[in-house]
Amino acid sequence: MNKNLERVYNGLIKETPTFILMLGMCPTLAVTTSAINGVGMGLSTTVVLILSNMLISMLRKIIPDKVRVPAFIVIVASFVTIVQFLVQGFIPSLYASLGIYIPLIVVNCIILGRAESYASKNPIVPSIFDGVGMGLGFTFGLTCIGVVREIIGAGTVFNVKMTELREMMGTGGGTAVGIVILLAGVLLIAWGAFSLKKKGTAPVKIVAVAVGIVLALLAVVALLGSHYTPVTLIGLAPGAFFVLAVLVAIMNMVRESAEKKGRPLPAAQGCLGGDCSSCGQSAACGQAKAVEKKDEA
Amino acid sequence: MSDLYNVSSSPHVRSKDTTSRIMLYVLIALLPAALFGIYNFGFRALLLIVLTIASCIVSEYLFNLVTKRKQTIYDLSAVVTGLLLALNLPPTLPWWMAILGGAFAIVVVKCLFGGLGQNFMNPALGARCFLLLSFTGPMTTFANSRYYISQGMDAVSSATPLAALKAGQGVNTMDMLIGRIPGTIGETSVIAILIGAIFLILMGVIDLRIPGTYIVTFVIFVLLFGGHGFDWNYVVAQLCGGGIMLGAFFMATDYVTSPITPMGKIIFGIVLGILTGIFRIFGASAEGVSYAIIFSNLLVPLIERISIPRPFGKGGER
Repeated sequence: MNKNLERVYNGLIKETPTFILMLGMCPTLAVTTSAINGVGMGLSTTVVLILSNMLISMLRKIIPDKVRVPAFIVIVASFVTIVQFLVQGFIPSLYASLGIYIPLIVVNCIILGRAESYASKNPIVPSIFDGVGMGLGFTFGLTCIGVVREIIGAGTVFNVKMTELREMMGTGGGTAVGIVILLAGVLLIAWGAFSLKKKGTAPVKIVAVAVGIVLALLAVVALLGSHYTPVTLIGLAPGAFFVLAVLVAIMNMVRESAEKKGRPLPAAQGCLGGDCSSCGQSAACGQAKAVEKKDEA
Repeated sequence: MSDLYNVSSSPHVRSKDTTSRIMLYVLIALLPAALFGIYNFGFRALLLIVLTIASCIVSEYLFNLVTKRKQTIYDLSAVVTGLLLALNLPPTLPWWMAILGGAFAIVVVKCLFGGLGQNFMNPALGARCFLLLSFTGPMTTFANSRYYISQGMDAVSSATPLAALKAGQGVNTMDMLIGRIPGTIGETSVIAILIGAIFLILMGVIDLRIPGTYIVTFVIFVLLFGGHGFDWNYVVAQLCGGGIMLGAFFMATDYVTSPITPMGKIIFGIVLGILTGIFRIFGASAEGVSYAIIFSNLLVPLIERISIPRPFGKGGER
């Protein structure tokens, strides 16, 4: 595969930041109250990621190793400020709903993580494509979570009421389309879940399961129509934790089964890039114990 | 059996108390409130009580089955959780919400954290808050009571006395004491709740520290900040309205989610009283008992840490 394409594939599927690397969890929790917020946050981050990867890769031979992190931060912060003003100027509604989380892109671990582990060691063009892949992967993750929370919490998707969506297609047609989408979703989940035990790359199947869950939920809510009562809590702050908890539980199951077959997934890099020795929570954290076990082995 | 197993000298206190026995006492103590609720709101209340209890038992059974744990439904704690949750629901709530609430209480609040004894929050109240935040409309619409309808009020739903009090209207404290008012299924009758509470205290299941300090602190708070001065009518209405009685005697005293140290119980009660007062008087909604209790549940480990009694003979050591 072409090296650049490989980078995009890597970011989008093989090392999807949200689902596999577990990077950038704060914005994932905070802004995924609706699908449109997820897309907005994801794309803003993508723009910053591409630009900062590019500039850091250009300057990688000039920046002294000892002060590289402050240098990276300055670069990232400049681009974040540009993006912030652009969003504020051209999409004020998105700016209003994302609020503080746009300036906080500066400290998003994905951006610093990619700068540190990829852009500072590789040429410009692959770094740009790495940014594209990682950014789109992040956008994909945020959108999936945003869609799920919006469907359950408000009964809408991208601010369109599911009941209206169904009426647009007519009564019979709407039901038929709904059932087809439901079947498609269930098939994707089933394929992903059952073939995980067989050969092939696990990440593709994880993405398939994620898409399947979103489709199935969409179809169920659409089919219930006006009988569906939104569970508002899922759209509020605690809902983010519920969704994330379910997500992490599924990922841990996948990880375990992948490790048993001797084809482990890329390690989760959340929390200080997997270095648990300096973390105060490590005694109570399952992730830390897993890392420790790996180190001993 | 080998002598190794005979650990003891000294007299030993033997107790017949088992989890299921204590839970049975709590169930008996809740009966007056439940029966009054059924009388007050009719068949619908009975239906919700049965559905919520069934949902709790079934979800605990299924959870234990799926996770291959020891079956724990026979300790009756799921029944208590279900009954408590049902008593905290308005009688007009759609049936499927009650079932969802029961499943949430057992699976998310209790079992996922390791089952009875490990839950950090009262399962029934956790589920009530989940329902309240998720379905605010149905959870805050209260059916009229049998007495008010028989008095010629034909409105299907009505404001609770606590909401009326918050809006500055007068309330009938006698009706509130007896319980012939709108509200959740089990919270309306102070007399029925007190009968159950006295039974629990006599049987030694709960002690007065938590409910006592809770209520006293709350009364002081209301006197100081309620804005009505020494208006005893107002204070009595605050005490008899809403869920404070049910909460103080049956939910704040939950063994798992309240402190075990004597000093801790008193601190816990004071925290509860202050939080309830703040939520009721300065908050946007009229009621705040359930939030006050689950907030305080979260503080229990800290309260216990600062209130460990000094062992006998340890003098000034720390």
